Amino acid sequence: MFKLLKYSLYDIVKSRFAILYTLFMVLVTVSIYQISEDLSKVSLSLLNIMLMIVPLISAVFATTHFFNNLEFTELMLAQPVKRRDVFLSQLLAVIIMLSLAILIGIGLPMAIWGAESSLLVLLAAGIALSIVFAGLAFLASVLTRDKAKAIGITLSFWIYFSLVYDGLVLYVIYSFADYPLEKATLAMVMLNPVDLARIIMLMQLDISALMGYTGAFFQQFFGSAKGIMLTSGVLLIWMVWPVLLSMRIFKKKDF
Amino acid sequence: MKAIIFIWTLALLGVIFPVFGNTLQIKPGQSIQAAIDKAESGDTLLIAKGLYQENEITIRKPLTLIGQDFPVIDGQNKGNIILVAAAQVNIVGLELINTGFSNMEDSAAIKFFDSDEATVENNRLNNTFFGIHFSNSKNMRIRGNQLRSTSEKEYQTGNGIHLWKCHHATIENNFVTGHRDGIYLEFVTNSTAIKNLIEDNKRYGLHFMFSHDNSYVENTFKKNGAGVSVMYTRNVLMKDNIFEDNWGPGSYGILLKDISNSEVTGNIFRKNTVGIYMEGSSRTTFKNNTFRENGWALKLMASCDDNTFVANNFIANTFDISTNGSLILNKLTENYWDKYEGYDLNKDQIGDIPYRPINLYSVIVEKIPAAVMLWRSFLIGLLDRIEKAIPSITPENMVDNSPKLRPYDFGKQHL
Amino acid sequence: MISVNNIYKKFGSLEVLQDFNLNFEAGISYAMMGPNGSGKTTLIKTILGMVIPDSGDIEVQGKSIKGEFAYRANIGYMPQIGRYPGNIKIGQLFRMMQDMRPGIENYDMELVRNFGLDEMMDKPMHTLSGGTRQKVSACLAFMFHPVIYILDEPTAGLDPMAVEVLKNKIKKERDQGKLFLITSHILSELEELTTHAIYLYEGKVFFNNSIEELKETTGETKFSTAIARLMEWSLKKQPQKKPNHV
Repeated sequence: MFKLLKYSLYDIVKSRFAILYTLFMVLVTVSIYQISEDLSKVSLSLLNIMLMIVPLISAVFATTHFFNNLEFTELMLAQPVKRRDVFLSQLLAVIIMLSLAILIGIGLPMAIWGAESSLLVLLAAGIALSIVFAGLAFLASVLTRDKAKAIGITLSFWIYFSLVYDGLVLYVIYSFADYPLEKATLAMVMLNPVDLARIIMLMQLDISALMGYTGAFFQQFFGSAKGIMLTSGVLLIWMVWPVLLSMRIFKKKDF
Repeated sequence: MKAIIFIWTLALLGVIFPVFGNTLQIKPGQSIQAAIDKAESGDTLLIAKGLYQENEITIRKPLTLIGQDFPVIDGQNKGNIILVAAAQVNIVGLELINTGFSNMEDSAAIKFFDSDEATVENNRLNNTFFGIHFSNSKNMRIRGNQLRSTSEKEYQTGNGIHLWKCHHATIENNFVTGHRDGIYLEFVTNSTAIKNLIEDNKRYGLHFMFSHDNSYVENTFKKNGAGVSVMYTRNVLMKDNIFEDNWGPGSYGILLKDISNSEVTGNIFRKNTVGIYMEGSSRTTFKNNTFRENGWALKLMASCDDNTFVANNFIANTFDISTNGSLILNKLTENYWDKYEGYDLNKDQIGDIPYRPINLYSVIVEKIPAAVMLWRSFLIGLLDRIEKAIPSITPENMVDNSPKLRPYDFGKQHL
Repeated sequence: MISVNNIYKKFGSLEVLQDFNLNFEAGISYAMMGPNGSGKTTLIKTILGMVIPDSGDIEVQGKSIKGEFAYRANIGYMPQIGRYPGNIKIGQLFRMMQDMRPGIENYDMELVRNFGLDEMMDKPMHTLSGGTRQKVSACLAFMFHPVIYILDEPTAGLDPMAVEVLKNKIKKERDQGKLFLITSHILSELEELTTHAIYLYEGKVFFNNSIEELKETTGETKFSTAIARLMEWSLKKQPQKKPNHV
């Protein structure tokens, strides 16, 4: 497993994409620091990057990587190694690369230009979302043999979680506005990793809006130890289930 | 510093009451009440440093009590400590601790009835139920006192400075913390509160009603349970105050209910859930205030009319303004809005297109509070953009037609 | 040594292998032939565990391969087109493959030397030509002294000299009693290297016997014409066997 991972990682870290992605992150972060007058604006811009760009790039890259590496995967499958290890080494290499790009690309400028400790949560959330979307991308990839189709599915995941789902939530709470909706909204948020990450980040950066009447309920929930455990737990589930499911399919897949 | 104030106070008192009375010295072990009973009208009682265990010390004649290096008068958790029912009583430099905790009789460290020309100055009040309590009095000066309550719950403590049916009061340079309301005024008129620091009180920093013609200048109201709440009053001047860190549901920088013909100028509203919450208020001018990092800078209920917001800074608030109705009869003009994205072709520092401070999302959140969970999501950003291009839900006349391009410089404190 | 028992495999609605049975014995080298889509590659991949059969079982050296992976250490596999991670160097690739077989310490580097790859160890894979990559694949197949060799179009893309090197190596190993399973479109090569012919058609074994027997059955003296005859026969059978399939 670690041997496989070592080589997959070596390959991916040296790829042009890894370097470009990291440079892109550095560029974006540095320009955000240049443009924004204060740290809170920096955080909010970075939050948008984490919520939109990071999942998109993670998803598309993971799918592309899966298909570009298909022959290598096949080669590995003909070797005396477990299918699980082949799968996990590929996925982990992608995840580690994406995380490193965030850590270096955003973390380094932060370390140099100054940051608050709450920005660490931002980094963690970005990495968590990378994992979630890499998992979803691998799931889409094992579900189909066609690269274009897989990218299509991956992009639908992305659009669904970052836009469509929130629209549905808004529609639902609008339709049932006469009822107490705090708990229902909370439950709905749990079902979307992007929302979950967004709220975890907001709790650190920009709680002002969440402090209103209803917001206080959420603030209390997400601020409490139980709430933090629950949200991180659910986010963890979001990181794990696509991986487990796609691994299951991968184990039975024909190459 | 304290010594200087002390000497200065003595000198001042000497000027004010030059003709009256003798000076008597009280030492620990002696009874203050006995000394008071013995004293003549206009006498000065010097109380030496030490511990005096007395309560319900009653003063019924003009007298001056001066503590030397803060003698401690311990009320032993029984009733009031000092009761005054006379004019021209001055209480200076005492440390008063441990009043009773009765809601029935409103136990206080110093309680005045029907007084005139009273001075309460440079006292330290610790662990008192009410702090300084006046009723039916006039022309009092409450200056430089430090009031600290250590109770944990709101019902366990009374108000710090409490005035009922008074006029011409001056409340200056006091520090109040841990009480129910920092300053409470009811039926108090023609009075002034200046440079007080009111923080961490359980309910309101400042709470008044039916208190017309008062001014509040350069006070700081910070981290109070529900901020500041003022109601049923006209002709108020609020100038250069700071309202900050009032977080929580039902917590406001300031809540204005039925306030009219007033002026709110040069204040800073920083990091409050709601900067100003207004209900049933009218004919009030808000000028040169800075609203910074609030959840909502303004919540303007539809019951408000004819108010003017001119030349204020709105910076880094989650929402600038929200409202519950569609008919808005208030005027916004020449404010700086950091969310303004317009342009200025004629270079007059006034944006060429109007700014609409109410965005779609704030309307949604006002109707369905649970929608706050979608804050900063992509969807909301998209909706707000669309609404900006084609306004449909947001009130049409809530518009600043001459938004400033650069923030006003109101001085360092406003940054 | 390898026994394929009652294998069924469908891709979608297409039945690639149906009730498929075959036995491969040690010491014999098999030429596996058949038209495109006859199931050759699927069979190879099934043996390697890359394709999972819908039903049936495969035993390698007497043990079922279901859920197993270690048995692949005994198989040297050369894929039709070997693609490798681009940023990895030849030497690293070899080391990586060696890493995956911790039990084996004695490597067969004969092909590496004869192909001259030992001087290109520092070249990244993406700089290599198709033929060189094929050489790398061959080296890997032979590196670990397997008892079973599965070579899918081994000489495709190789220059004539390299073909000779590879053929000699195959013969050498064959003569040491290893099992070979070779698919190729070059019939002369198969005749030279193998002793046994398997002809697949439409997911079934159409012919399975020694090359002598093949010549005898078809009445031909030349291997290539014998195979051509087999093809003709199989095509005649087609309509009644698979009415839906054209």
